[in-house]
Amino acid sequence: MSINNYLVLAAVLFTIGAVGVLVRRNAIVVFMCVELMLNSVNLTLVTFARTTGTLDGQLIAFFVMVVAAAEVVVGLAIIMSVYRTRRSASVDDVNLLKY
Amino acid sequence: MGPITAPSLAYTALSPLLFVFGAAAVGVLVEAFAPRAVRHPVQVALALVGTIGALVATLLLAGTEEVTAGGALAVDGAALFLQGTIAIFGALSVLLFSERAVDPARSAFVAVAAVPAGSVRDRELVTSTRVQTEVYPLASFALGGMMLFTASNDLLIMFVALEVLSLPLYLLCGLARRRRLLSQEAAVKYFLLGAFASAFFLYGLALVYGATGSVQLSAIRDAGVTEGGGTLLVLGMALLVVGLMFKASVAPFHTWTPDVYQGAPTAVTAFMAAATKVAAFGAVLRLLYVAFGTAEWTWRPLVYGLAIVSMLVGAVLGLTQTDLKRMLAYSSIAHAGFLLTGVIGLGPGDSGYGLAATMFYLLTYGLTTLGAFALLTLVRDGDGEATHLSQWAGLAQRSPVVAALMAFFLLALAGIPLTSGFTGKFAVFRAAIEDGAWPLVVIGLVASAIAAFYYLRVVVLMYFSPAAPDGPTVGVPGLPTTIVLAITAAATLVLGILPGAVLDLAQSAAVLVG
Repeated sequence: MSINNYLVLAAVLFTIGAVGVLVRRNAIVVFMCVELMLNSVNLTLVTFARTTGTLDGQLIAFFVMVVAAAEVVVGLAIIMSVYRTRRSASVDDVNLLKY
Repeated sequence: MGPITAPSLAYTALSPLLFVFGAAAVGVLVEAFAPRAVRHPVQVALALVGTIGALVATLLLAGTEEVTAGGALAVDGAALFLQGTIAIFGALSVLLFSERAVDPARSAFVAVAAVPAGSVRDRELVTSTRVQTEVYPLASFALGGMMLFTASNDLLIMFVALEVLSLPLYLLCGLARRRRLLSQEAAVKYFLLGAFASAFFLYGLALVYGATGSVQLSAIRDAGVTEGGGTLLVLGMALLVVGLMFKASVAPFHTWTPDVYQGAPTAVTAFMAAATKVAAFGAVLRLLYVAFGTAEWTWRPLVYGLAIVSMLVGAVLGLTQTDLKRMLAYSSIAHAGFLLTGVIGLGPGDSGYGLAATMFYLLTYGLTTLGAFALLTLVRDGDGEATHLSQWAGLAQRSPVVAALMAFFLLALAGIPLTSGFTGKFAVFRAAIEDGAWPLVVIGLVASAIAAFYYLRVVVLMYFSPAAPDGPTVGVPGLPTTIVLAITAAATLVLGILPGAVLDLAQSAAVLVG
C-alpha cells in the first residue's frame, strides 16, 4: 500500500476536524474536533518519519500527545466553569460579548 | 543505533528563562505550603524577582550569540532584546495585578474561581477581602513561554512554547472578580479559537517536516535552498504563519481579540496586549527571517496582504466601537498591521532595517498600551470599571490628571510627533520604504489617519463634553499602578523625543543566529 494513503487519510481527518470546529455548537464537541485535528497531525508526523527516514516525527508525536493532554485539562476546566453557571455548554449561548 | 547523548545546555545564556520559570515553579510551591496571610506579598515579590532578574540577565548577556540545547534554542541579539522587553512588560503587569487600592474588594481577580458565578457563595465572596494569588505563578509561566518563544530555533520548541504561553493566558482571562460571565465567556472563546489555531500551526510543522526532513530552522533553510520551494514546504510555511498570526491578532485571524480583550480582567488584557504581541512577533521574525529568509518570494505576498487587511480592519472597525477596551483591541489589530510593514523590510541579504524597526515598535507600542489599560482600571462605577465611551464624557473636569494621561497615551497610539508612537511608526515605515514597499506605507498612512479619528474622539469627549451627573468615579491608584503609569508615561515621552539610544540598541541587537 502506498504511503501516500496515510497522508491523504490524515488530511481528510484534519479537514473533518476543522469543519467540525466551524459547524458544531457544543463546546465539548468543538474541543473533540480540535483533538481530532491534533491526532491527524500525529498520523502525518509518523508517516513523514517513515518517508524521510528520521526519528524526529515519532518523537514530536509524543510531544503533541502530552501538550494535548495539558490542553484538555485547561479546556475542560474552562468549559466546566461556564457550564456550572449557565447549565449549557453550547457555544451559541456564550454571546454576551459582541460588536 | 548508538546511545542517546544529552545535549549540552549553556546555562548562562539561558539564565533569563531560568529566572522566570524558577519563579513560576517556586510560586506553585508557595501556593501549596505558605499560609494564606503571607501568600500575596510573597507571590508578588517572587514574580517581580523573576521578571526583574530576567531583565538584568538579558542586559548582562548583551552581545551573546549562541545556539544551544542541541540546536533547539538560539540566544542572540534579537532573542535577548525581545526577552528583555517581555520581562519589562511582565514586571509592569505583575504590578498591575497586585493593585489593591482601586477595587473596594481589594483585588481585580475572583477569590475562588471554582464557585459558580451568581451563586450565593459567589455573592458573599465578591465583597470579601480574600485575594487570588494563583495569578502570579500563571503569569510567570506565560512569561516563560513567551521568552522561550522568541528564542526557539526549532519548530517543536516553538510549538511547546506557544502552548506554555497560551494555556496560562486562557485561565487568566477567566478570573475577573466582577462581570464573571463576560470573563468566562472570553476564556472559552480564547481557548477554543486558540486551540484551533495551534492545530493549524502543528499541521504546518508536520508538512514542513515532511518537505525537509527536519524541524530545525537552519536545516529548513538549507533544504529550501538546495531543493527549491516545493508545494509542501510553501503550504507548511503558510499554515505556520496562520498559527502565529492568530497569536499576534493580525486580521483576518483577529476575531477573538475584541471579545477577549473586553471580557478579560483589564490587567490581564494589558499583559496580553503588550507581552503576547512581542512574543508572537518574535517568533514570526525568527521563522520568516531564519527558516525562510532565502525564500522571501514565498512569504512576502502573504505578509503584504495580511498587513493591508490588518491595518484597514483595525482602523475602520475601531471607528464603530463604543467600549474603550474594544476600541483598544481594534487599535491592537491595526498596530499588528503596522508591525507587519516592518517585517516586510527584511532587505536584500538580511541588510534591511526591518528587524530593528519591528523590535523598537514592539517596545514602544507595548509601553503605551500598558499605560492606557492601566488608566482604564481607575475609572469606575458601582459595577466595576466604566469602559463605555459615554461614561468618559467630561472626565477632564472630574480628574484632569487621568484625562491628560489618557489623552497623551491615545495620541501616542495615533502616532502624533513627540510621542514614542511616532518614532516607532517612522522606523517601520522607513524599513518598508527602503525595501521598496511604498504602496504598503501609503496604505499605512491612510489607516493611521482613519485610526487617529477614533483616538481623538475620546480626547474630544473627555475635554469638550459636559460630564454626566451620575458619571463614574476616578479611583486613587495605589503605589503599584502609580509606578506603572509613571514608567509608561515617561517612556512614551522619552522614546518620542530622544529615541536615539534605544534605536541604536535595537539596531545593534538586530542579529539572528541559527
